[in-house]
Amino acid sequence: MIISQHKPFEEIKELLKDSNKIILIGCGECATVCKVGGEEELVAMKAKLEEIGKQVTAFIVPETSCNYLLVRRDLKKIKDTVSDADAILSFACGDGTQTIGKLVDIPVYPGNNTMFVGEVERVGVYSEACKTCGDCILGLTGDICPVTKCAKSLLNGPCGGAKDGKCEVNPENDCAWILIYEKLKKLGQLEKIYEIQKPKEYSKVAHPRTISLRDGGAAQ
Amino acid sequence: MSLLQKALENNEFAVTAELAPPKGIDFSHALQCAELFGERVHGINVTDFQSAILRATSLAMCKALIDMGLEPVFQITGRDRNRLAIQGEMLSAGFFGVENLLALTGDHPTVGDNPDAKPVYDLDSVGILQAATLLSQGVDMGGNKLETYPSFFLGASVTPEYDPIELQLIKMQKKIQAGAKFFQTQAIYSIETMKKFKELTKPFNTKILAGIIPLKSAGMAKYMNKNIPGINVPDELIERMKKSSEPAKEGIKIAGELIYELRDKNLCDGVHIMAIGAEENVPLILDEARL
Repeated sequence: MIISQHKPFEEIKELLKDSNKIILIGCGECATVCKVGGEEELVAMKAKLEEIGKQVTAFIVPETSCNYLLVRRDLKKIKDTVSDADAILSFACGDGTQTIGKLVDIPVYPGNNTMFVGEVERVGVYSEACKTCGDCILGLTGDICPVTKCAKSLLNGPCGGAKDGKCEVNPENDCAWILIYEKLKKLGQLEKIYEIQKPKEYSKVAHPRTISLRDGGAAQ
Repeated sequence: MSLLQKALENNEFAVTAELAPPKGIDFSHALQCAELFGERVHGINVTDFQSAILRATSLAMCKALIDMGLEPVFQITGRDRNRLAIQGEMLSAGFFGVENLLALTGDHPTVGDNPDAKPVYDLDSVGILQAATLLSQGVDMGGNKLETYPSFFLGASVTPEYDPIELQLIKMQKKIQAGAKFFQTQAIYSIETMKKFKELTKPFNTKILAGIIPLKSAGMAKYMNKNIPGINVPDELIERMKKSSEPAKEGIKIAGELIYELRDKNLCDGVHIMAIGAEENVPLILDEARL
């Protein structure tokens, strides 16, 4: 799940300072689940914008705002409203916002900050879980990601910075390596922690990355 | 071969003292302290933006020490440099004649005084050791051959007061495998801690310098117990500090006694003294320790 958070309203106001007629676009997937881009949030945002004198001329929640063809289809349906609008305010993640941006000739402003790929622990509580590093080592670490859960992304064990099992960077967080150690012990796989992990090969993950399954190509 | 390596290989009791480069461009006080250490230490351990606080660089200070005829231990962390920069620093260190290198993870930028800095950690401490080992074989991490290359006596750190200790021991073994020949510990305050740690690390057959931070006050001891990972000052030492009318002197005495006992009972291969801002006291500590 891609976890996003609303930008402060002051920042949104600043982004929209030269726009009057505004279209709100959310997203039916992640942004809806994390309560920043569903219908409910767009209705609330519409009211807030109207309070400061903006005109919200449409709002839509595409099924998946990072799906180019789906968003194109939905935008076609409100073509005239789009050509009459000054700007779109997107409540999708950064990915969806860019997809929308590709499809229109007016500015698309982000209403959200895209925070991380994470887990929905329970309603309204999210935690970062994957840094999309492109070279998954969860098989060696008892399904706990040190790249994400260790503040220093250490690959070979903890630094000396854990105090009572908590991280020096944020004492709210458990030391990832202590968790990994406990988990591997439980799984009877502690020997895995003894293997030296080579530094990551960043040449393989130079961004932006693309994957195409077409023309018989498999994921690289 | 470096003095430190020679001392450790000859089973002499090795002494290193930590020195931080200045926050600014006036090196004179730091260099005066280094001069005070003089021949009483086997190496002057120069910190690399310790606690993630911006200072002059470790390598610059190492060079200044070499120019004075003193022997540095060049600390390098993974926090601020990627593998290109780290290997580059190592080549430069080789050119300057640095012989000892200590690889550390590095405190996270958020705990320091430029908290918005991007944390790098391209290499962890094991990766830094691997880089140094490779370079000393004439190859860089990209697999490129070098015509000339440095050779370092490699060290790393370890925390004896750690739960679960097995995790520290595992990482210690990885560091040894990656080329570490000596370890300096987080500051310890009890003989018992080192006794246990010596027992646990015996099979590794490596050299261990016990970390010593002289106490300046009872408040400092309490602060460290509360805030610094891996530090555990026993209550009786805090009491002693509290009762003393000259706590700084008492701290020096405690540190000296501890070093003496560690050496006397053969619980480590040497000590690493971190005086944190009171480097001029290092000779006094060594006097107390009868070294």
